[in-house]
Amino acid sequence: MAIRERLSGNEAVAYAIKQVNPDVMPAFPITPSTEIPQLVANYIANGEIDTEFIPVESEHSAMSATIGASAAGARALTATSSCGMALMWELLYVAASNRLPLALTLVNRALSGPININCDHSDSMGARDAGWIQIYAENNQEVYDNFIQAYRISEHKDVHLPIMICQDGFITSHALANIELLEDDKVKNFVGEYQPENYLLNEQETMALGPYAVSNYYMETKKAQVEAMKNAKQVILDVGKEFGEMSGRSYGFFEEYKLSDADYAVVIIGSAAGTTKDAIDELREKGIKAGLLKLRVFRPFPAEEIAAALKNCKAIGIMDRSEGFNGQAGPLTAEISAALFRAKSQAKVVSYIYGLGGRDYRVEDALEVFDELKEAANGKEVEQFRYIGLRSR
Amino acid sequence: MAASDISKITEKSPWQDITEGNQIYGPGTSRLFNTGEWRTNTPVFDADKCTQCLLCTPVCPDSSIPVTNGKRKDFDYEHCKGCGICAKVCPFGAISMKEGQ
Amino acid sequence: MKNTVEIRWHGRGGQGAKTAALLLADVCFKHGKNVQGFPEYGPERMGAPITAYNRISDDELRVHSNIYDPDYVVVVDETLLEAIDVTAGLSEDGGIVINTQKPKEEIIPHLKGYKGKVYTIDARRISEEALGKYFPNSPMLAAIVAVSKVMEKDEFLSQMETSYQHKFAKKPEVIEGNMKALRMAFEEVK
Repeated sequence: MAIRERLSGNEAVAYAIKQVNPDVMPAFPITPSTEIPQLVANYIANGEIDTEFIPVESEHSAMSATIGASAAGARALTATSSCGMALMWELLYVAASNRLPLALTLVNRALSGPININCDHSDSMGARDAGWIQIYAENNQEVYDNFIQAYRISEHKDVHLPIMICQDGFITSHALANIELLEDDKVKNFVGEYQPENYLLNEQETMALGPYAVSNYYMETKKAQVEAMKNAKQVILDVGKEFGEMSGRSYGFFEEYKLSDADYAVVIIGSAAGTTKDAIDELREKGIKAGLLKLRVFRPFPAEEIAAALKNCKAIGIMDRSEGFNGQAGPLTAEISAALFRAKSQAKVVSYIYGLGGRDYRVEDALEVFDELKEAANGKEVEQFRYIGLRSR
Repeated sequence: MAASDISKITEKSPWQDITEGNQIYGPGTSRLFNTGEWRTNTPVFDADKCTQCLLCTPVCPDSSIPVTNGKRKDFDYEHCKGCGICAKVCPFGAISMKEGQ
Repeated sequence: MKNTVEIRWHGRGGQGAKTAALLLADVCFKHGKNVQGFPEYGPERMGAPITAYNRISDDELRVHSNIYDPDYVVVVDETLLEAIDVTAGLSEDGGIVINTQKPKEEIIPHLKGYKGKVYTIDARRISEEALGKYFPNSPMLAAIVAVSKVMEKDEFLSQMETSYQHKFAKKPEVIEGNMKALRMAFEEVK
């Protein structure tokens, strides 16, 4: 029986960490993710888990220590946000290229500047080329469920890649809401014991990690990372299905909401998906065929699957919560547009930027987008790249 | 992967054969890499002049001066790159450099 | 959609409006509802106007935006009436609860022509009488439950007692005072 509870997103992740009981957690506090290491430290102080907590002097050190712990053979993780992840930048690539299955619980927050503590996806979107698996959540339930699946994906022998479990800063991290928790033993059985094949503290076999790779090796190494990322696709589906059998909540690459017969679709990541669903229900009552593709897995990028799911849509609005400064599309739009182009899609695609630096995204905003998509589908020329909720003269 | 397999990876290996994350399994694998081939100058050991002070051993960047039972042996020419540091530090003129391999 | 009650709290940093919103979410959760309780996301600064929100529903809550057209508004500090447009978007079928010592007639002219129900409560006196200190959030919590009828009085009080027993496990002496503040507020809000 599921346990009915109410937790904020940060509390939900911390609870999942408690249930997984990883070996090592180095961390440095930063808003809005600070509560996660704080709560884990409480669990440790109360003797509820035996995770080794390492207080470090910066996020660069936090990720370095997480890498060190993972290389040593520990199940390791850290938590951060925004500029904290920016300070980890170099190490993000090191973790991925060293093929270490560690976890980062990221609470998405805008990058400076101007300095801002609220939600957008500029931190993780900026790190999209670092070679990490990235999984996003709409609410506290999903971020809890995603963390429980994290190590099953990252530690899989065909994958061995670091994994980022993302949620929207403040919007879900600090909002109290209902949640269904799993029993400790169920989580424990699902996640299993970590049994690394090669690790530095293995006294039976000496190994070296992170050697210099001359040009003759570098590209082959990258290609191997790409293959591992491709392999992650099947593993994510398998783990999401198995998680569903245990919990009643199955997960894939994305959620389709009233999408199968939709003429107009919005593609969005994170908490704004829920808000969009209410807009869709409103439109459906008026007979307007609106639908949603809520992307959960951004890395690996399910390009063919997204294109297939959108194939019957006449107009698609792709919503980015980060800016890419290419002047024509946000990062999500750019990647989905490439997928649609390869699939020879004829749909009209409009790129919307919304919610930067915590700008609120309302049901009304979603309705405005659908309204414009309808016009675009009817042949009206609409601006192909624009901001939602922007003040303008 | 067994320790010895590292020797099968070369600059010609296809990507599928490169170890995950370039990890190197097994100890002392640098022994398999014969840097002695790089040598253009070669140290020559004169055992008669050597007092076994062992100043040369720790300064060798390539661990190419083997020591057994407190006494140095002749050079490990498989790995000596001929840098000449040993010849410089030897107070007794027991090491001389000659041109070529 | 009218299964959902939306409440907006106006307070000043440090007065506990956010805590009150979380407590309301908590008690409604125990009552079996789907809940959301969240502050206006931002840096917390003592004395600065802050906003917190609640959604309480029998349905799944999916919207993650702030609340612009609330059913009820709670004003924890009456000095906010001049600084903030507290009735903005407020449903005229709902109401506003204001912490004040003034009679209602003196407050209404400050509400920009709001035509819905106006409730007042002297949370300062209740708090000082029941707790010996000024903590407005307990009386305001009881007042909004009484006004919005999100749950029955007896159930509310018994759920709150359980919460307080947990929350104040190390200082049980404050539980009775808080319970008294809740009971007084439930009766006195008008």
